[in-house]
This record gives sequence, structure tokens and C-alpha cells, in this order.
Amino acid sequence: MKANSLKRYHGLSAVMMLVFSLAIHGDQGVSAQQPLLDALNNLKQGSMPEREKAITQLSGIKHARSLGILQALLDGRLFTLKSDARLVTGTDNHQGYDISDAVSGASLGAVEREAVNKVNLTNKLRVSLRKIIGQLELSADDPAIRLAAVKAMGNEDDENALALLKARAGIEKDETVKQAIKVVFLMRDMNSSDKTVRMEAIDALKEHNSLDVVNRLNAMVEKDESGNYLETDADIRNVAKAALIKINTRLQFYSTIETVFFGLSLGAVLVLAAIGLAITFGVMGVINMAHGELMMLGAYTTYVIQQLMPNYLGVSVLLAIPAAFVISALVGVAIERGIIRFLYGRPLETLLATFGVSLILQQSVRSIFSPLNRSVATPEWMSGSWQINDFLSLTWNRFYILVFCLLVFVLLLQILKHTRLGLEVRAVAQNRNMAKAMGIPTAKVDAMTFGLGSGIAGVAGVALSQITNVGPNLGQAYIVDSFMVVVFGGVGNLLGTLVAGFSLGIANKFLEPFAGAVLAKILVLVFIILFIQKRPRGLFPQKGRAADS
Amino acid sequence: MFNIILRKSGANKLLATIAMAVMVFAASVQAEDTIKVGVLHSLSGTMAISETTLKDTMLMLIDEQNKKGGLLGKKLEAVVVDPASNWPLFAEKARELLTKDKVAAIFGCWTSVSRKSVLPVLEELNGLLFYPVQYEGEESSKNVFYTGAAPNQQAIPAVDYLMNDLKVKRWVLAGTDYVYPRTTNKILEAYLKAKGVPKKDIMINYTPFGHSDWQSIVADIKKFGSAGKKTAVVSTINGDANIPFYKELGNQGISAEKIPVIAFSVGEEELSGMDTKPLVGHLAAWNYFMSVDTTKNAAFIKQWHDFIKNPKRVTNDPMEAHYIGFNMWVKAVEKAGTTDPEAVQKALIGIEFPNLTGGTSKMLPNHHISKPVLIGEIQDDGQFMTVWQTNKLIDGDAWSDFLPESKPIIADWTAPISCGNFNTKTKKCSGQTYK
Repeated sequence: MKANSLKRYHGLSAVMMLVFSLAIHGDQGVSAQQPLLDALNNLKQGSMPEREKAITQLSGIKHARSLGILQALLDGRLFTLKSDARLVTGTDNHQGYDISDAVSGASLGAVEREAVNKVNLTNKLRVSLRKIIGQLELSADDPAIRLAAVKAMGNEDDENALALLKARAGIEKDETVKQAIKVVFLMRDMNSSDKTVRMEAIDALKEHNSLDVVNRLNAMVEKDESGNYLETDADIRNVAKAALIKINTRLQFYSTIETVFFGLSLGAVLVLAAIGLAITFGVMGVINMAHGELMMLGAYTTYVIQQLMPNYLGVSVLLAIPAAFVISALVGVAIERGIIRFLYGRPLETLLATFGVSLILQQSVRSIFSPLNRSVATPEWMSGSWQINDFLSLTWNRFYILVFCLLVFVLLLQILKHTRLGLEVRAVAQNRNMAKAMGIPTAKVDAMTFGLGSGIAGVAGVALSQITNVGPNLGQAYIVDSFMVVVFGGVGNLLGTLVAGFSLGIANKFLEPFAGAVLAKILVLVFIILFIQKRPRGLFPQKGRAADS
Repeated sequence: MFNIILRKSGANKLLATIAMAVMVFAASVQAEDTIKVGVLHSLSGTMAISETTLKDTMLMLIDEQNKKGGLLGKKLEAVVVDPASNWPLFAEKARELLTKDKVAAIFGCWTSVSRKSVLPVLEELNGLLFYPVQYEGEESSKNVFYTGAAPNQQAIPAVDYLMNDLKVKRWVLAGTDYVYPRTTNKILEAYLKAKGVPKKDIMINYTPFGHSDWQSIVADIKKFGSAGKKTAVVSTINGDANIPFYKELGNQGISAEKIPVIAFSVGEEELSGMDTKPLVGHLAAWNYFMSVDTTKNAAFIKQWHDFIKNPKRVTNDPMEAHYIGFNMWVKAVEKAGTTDPEAVQKALIGIEFPNLTGGTSKMLPNHHISKPVLIGEIQDDGQFMTVWQTNKLIDGDAWSDFLPESKPIIADWTAPISCGNFNTKTKKCSGQTYK
């Protein structure tokens, strides 16, 4: 961080002179000490107008530290010490903050989180701060930050900003950033008084994927209230129309990809939730109403592990996967041994008993963790999105969950196909009595199978904790969907569950834009009801003798 | 299916036995010389998340009043029942409170549907209900006192703030699909159109309860907001659906600076169960924030922490509403000298009590109260920083002036009108009741 900011300062001295007429030379800093202290005093005041004044003051002060302070303020690293109300900048060291004096920059060592108060900001202040600091980010090391800076600056009709962009265009190496700068200048060319320049600009812009361009072109071909075109020149309008058609085709293409991705990721969540059920319900034939609560236990496991190791968010989520599997599996085995094994062959009783278990689990979570939702943090690498271009970006958390879902599925398939447990499970599912006669301990296999299904539910809970609430009602929200997927896919068929989950997800997402979220869900349900009428055994019905039992 | 199973197993007999046992139990806890106060909040089921806190608040307030010597020389006694987030059960439990326990007043309900379910019982038995949650308006019952915000005390000022201070030109009205968001959005849409916002600049979206897959909707909002005009989302999204919504906003790169979301259902309590990172900078409109710096509020927070024995618990808007409502009821009972509902109803109108944000709230003839409106930005510690507030208290308006059908209707429970839905044009009281 230090080296980074130093580099930044070096490259920026020219920028600063230009933008704020700020000089960052130490010798001048001394003379500006008093105004700086005044400004910082204003900053410490609680009221937002005072703070706003302080920021304007700070941006005008020729002091080596003023810019660093503004940057820290924007990053949320500026604090006041509770003990002596001194302004300090801090960096998070997992236990607390390493702080240093805001004015002198001298290190003050590490303090606990409780020892400092953060200097708060409102959106308005954040925007004006970003404007002041924004130009600096044009030379940041991360191309993504540079790209954002270019976009922010492109929207403003500010000669200084444009001059900076022009300078940047000469030395920029990253292709996306380069293109973005080009778009900014082409957009400006569209306002040119020279008709050929305008036409050329529009023509060149049709190759770029930028929402700003789309809006701009749309505005050109629109009519005002009295029915006249906003753009008076018919030639330009025609070029703009042609460009729009070209861009819109691409927009359509990317938006279809986006919808498919949305559908797949919704499907992945459905598959994760259903796949454990596909084993307990599909393979064993047990209607387990407590399945959702086993997922809930997995989510709470994630919460507990995060509480145990608050400084290692990323690791804690990964660690939660095996932990959740073990805990949910143990609870599952307990349910099977304690209740379900007495009720085999009596589906209605099993249904009621497991429903009771689900209520007991919910209420015990309420008693242990309180009825309030618990906050599970998302690690850095699962936040944000993968920006492919202006039209298409895929969110990381959904992406990882999709990958995770496929991994779990493949792993489960391997377990069932290639391990002794898998062999025994399949044998018992096909013909219990025969399996027994062959010396397979069916009672033990039942417990293990139920444990496996429950454990997978727990693993699904870890994934769910990253996208939804962790609370006592988590399970209820998914139980109906899970049964729907299993029944639709064909009871007793894991591949069916996978296909059913993904196809329901995609169908839902394609319906949503037209029908709205509420109606889309209803339509999917109606479709499944009709489908089940036609094919009662689902997409992939079991064949052979096992199917008859 | 469940019905069949129950009938088959002869569960009716079992239910009857349980009911009898409950009756016997209820009768045995009758005690003399106390004034009973009913607390009707769900302690289990989906709404337990919000309502449990209000039950504790009521116990704290009643405890406090008893320390001050009770009311009319008698001790107060809380009768807590659990309607289990089950709307018909709310009506049953209210009946039980009024007929078996003979409570002087009921403090309770959260969702509008639970209030609507209790209304007929209240009107039949002439009970008193203090309802502490912001709601959609379009109602004023003789037996209910609405201490939460009406739409003109939350939604309208919030939109004004966005329009005037943030210069918002395009509007997304996003809500959960039930009565409160639908009515509020209807009012807001009419209001925005009256302010000259064209139809194409308003996007309305409804989602089911507990909606967790916000990908397409957030992508739509992003597209809607990228048209070059300042866009904001007015969210009446309920409870559990909020976390996935804000997470998706954050992940798709929509920050509060680009498209701010102003929420009417996200308070300190909800924030305490959320990862606040993606929410920082988004807004909420309420009549009370825990962060409000007044001596009364500081004392209230301290009292709450002492009572609940957990210094990390937060306070929120509906808690303040119960605080005001309970104290108004106490004052009214003292004024009337009796807990008789008829007398207390009359006495309540005009009662004033200082709220926690520095003003003095007053019970109005339409059974709503006057409150300040505060708009706050969410901070990463789960608290709000007030960025705007009304300079005086706003009177709650039961019937919105922005809906053509309810514009001429007023509620006034004082003579000579004495009606919850008086039409000022036809000079008639529709006499609508909820029996």
C-alpha cells in the first residue's frame, strides 16, 4: 500500500497542479499547517455541512497530507481516537487497526476496534470526494479502477478531465481502458459542428459495447412532444438508426447469454437444495420434511465458523463445507435412527413425523441463536462481478455456486458408482430383501444413506448462506422447490434432478421478464402439474423391476 | 390432505381436549386487583423475527410503569399470547384476551393482514388495540390506535427528499406482493404523476415473499437506471427478501451513489442480521433512529439494554411507537380515571406525549399520531445517519389525498362526525366497519 501510494503521488504531481493547483512539496507544507488543522477540526464536527466545508477546504490546502487524508476518508480509513479526539488514519490488521497520526503521518501503533470512531460520510459527500480524488485513480495500478475513473470522467463536460484523458490515452496499455477513452472522445465528436465528423463518430461507435452510446443514439432518433425529431439532420438520423440496429443485435445476444446464466445459477441453487433430497426421497423413498432444516443447520454452521475465526472470511467459508456436511449428516443419522427407521413403509406417518422434526429444529435454532437472522459475511473473492463488457457481467457468487453445484453432483455420482457404500445403497434401493439375503447390513446402509443425503443438504446450506438470509425460516423457503425438482426429474434418478433443476431455473428466468416474478413462478408450477399428469414418473423414470416396487 | 389425515385419526377429540386444558389453565391464572394488558405478538413462525422484540419492549414498559407505582393504584399485568404468525390465530387470541383475560388494552400485530384479522373481534367486543408498525393507511377504526407511520409520514416525505435533494428523475417502485407495498406504490405512483413524472420513468415491480433470486430484476433496474437520468429505487420489499436484494445490487456493481435505494421496511433490527457491507449509503425513512442524539433516547436505550441484559441489542421505530402508544394509554387512563375502553378511547384523543426524537407527539382525532420524518443513510455499523428530517411533526393522514377514491374521505372520531370514513363531499359516513 505504501509503495503504491508513493508511486501514485509521483506520477501525479502534474495532475494535481492542473486539477487542484495543489502542490505537494514538503517545504510549503509547513506554512499550510494552520489551515490544515482548521479544516481537520471542521472534519471532526458531527454535522455534515461542516464536514462538506472541511472537504472543500482540504482540497484547496497546499499540504502534503491533505490528499492522503481525503483518500483515507473516502476509503473509510479515517478515524477519531476516542481517548483524545485526535484524527488518525488506520489500516485493518484483523484484530484492530494500525493507526498513524493524520497530520504528521507518524505511526501510533495498533489499537483495538473499539478505541476509534469512524468519520462517517453521506452519499453526497462521497460523490464530491470521488470527484476530487477521481482523477487520481486514472493512474491507479488496477485496470478496473482506471476503467471506472475513465467512465466517471467521460460523463462530465470538464475540459481539465478531458485533457487528463487525452494524456492517459497516450500511455495507456490496457485494451479495455484504451477503448473506453476512445469512446469518450467519439461521444464528444458527436456534438461536433462538422457533419462528417459526427457521421464518422457514429459509424465508429457502432462497434463499441457501451450503454452510454445506446442512450445517446436512442436520444438522437427520438421525437419530442410536438412530434419533431430531436435530431434535425435526416442523414445523421439514418446513420444513428443503422448503428442502433447493429448495437441492439449485440445487446440482444448478450442479454440472452445473461438470462441463460441467471437461469443456470438459479438452477444450481435448486439442484443443490434438491440433490440431498434426491437421495433420501428418490433412492430411499423417505419423504423428509425436515430436509430444509438440515440445510438451515449447514448455513448456521457457516455462521458459527465465521464467528470462531472472524479474520479469515475466505477460509472460514471453505472450512464450513466439510463441517456442515458432518453436522448435518450426524443430525440426519440421528433422525433416521431415532424416528424414521420405525416408520419405513408408512409414508404418511413419516411425513408427519419429519414435519414435526422440522418444527423442533426451527424452534431450537430460534432458542439458541435468537429468532433474528444472523449475518454471514461474503468473502472478497465471492463479491462483485466479472465484467466482460458493458452489456454483460456475471456475478462471482453465482458463478462459484454454479461450479460448486457441479462439483458436488459429480462427487456424489462417483460415490454412488465407485464406492462400496454406493454399491450397497443401490443394492438396497433395488431390492431390500435380496440385498439383505446377500449379507448387506441394510439397517446400517439406511442410516448411512440418510446421513449422506442430509450431509449434502448441509453443504447446500453453506452455499445458501452466501446468497440469502441465515435464519430459522431458511429451510421452509426451499423445501417445496426441492420436492418439485426431484419429482419433475424423476424419483430415484440423480441425473434427472440435475436436468430438472437447470431447466426449471432457465424456464423461470426466461419467463420472468415478460410475466414478472410472481406469475413466472406460478406458470412453472402449472407446467409441472400438467407435466406430471402426462408423465407421472418425471423426466427420467426408473425402468426395470425396481420401478414397480 | 392434512384434513383427511386428521379426521381419520380422530384428532378432533384430541383438539377438544387441548382446548379444554387451555381454558382451565387460563382461568386458573386469573388474579384480582391488577390491570391486565394484552401483548399480541408472534413469538414463533416467520414473524417472530420482528415481533419478539416488541413483546420484550412491552414487558419493559409495563415493568417500568409498575416501578412508578402502577396505574390507578393497581399493578399492571402483562398477558402475553403467541399467535404464531398465523393470521386467523391472531383473531382467536385477541378474542381470548378480551373475553377470558379481560385485558384493558391490547398492544400488538405487525403485518396488516394480522391487524385486519383482529379488527372484527375488536369492534365486536369493543376492545382497544395499539398498532405500532408503519402501514398503508386507508383505514381508521374506532377501536384501533395507529402509532406507526401512515404513508404521508414515511413514503411521501421520502420521495420528496429524493426528488428535491437528490434530483431523482426515474423511479423504480419495488415491493413484495401484498397489501402494504401495493397500496403504498399506488399512492406513490399517483403522487409522482401529479408531480409531472412521465409514466415511462416509473418502473413497478412486485416479487413474492422471501424472494431470493434477484438476478434478473436487479439487471432490469440496472438497465432502467442507465438511461442517463438520476434513478432511485423506492423499496417496500419486506423483511427476509432484503438481504439477497442488496447483495445482488452490490454484486452487480450498483452502488448507493449511482442508484440509491430508499427502504421503508429496513430498520436497525433487520440490519443487525445482515452483512452491512453492500448496504452502506443506501437510505431508509423512519420516524425514529436509534442514532438520534437526545437525552430521552439515550435513557430509553439504556433502559432497554438493562432490561434485555444485552448491550448489543438495538432499538427501532416500532419500539418507539409502542413507547409512545403505551404512555399515551397510561395518560388517557389516568385522565379518564378508568380503564373502560369507551372512556379511554375518548380520553386518548388530544393526549400529548414527548417522543424520543425531541418533539411532542399528539393523538389525533383520526386515531393516528403526529411524528417527525427522518431519512438516514445506512452506515457499516448497522446504524443510520440522519441526512434529512422534517422541521416539524407531520400529522398522520388515514386516507391518502393522492388516491382519487379516498381523497374526499376523512376520519374524525370526535363529535359531531365520529366516523372513520366520513365523505366530505356527500357529508355521509359510510359506516363501514370490519365486523
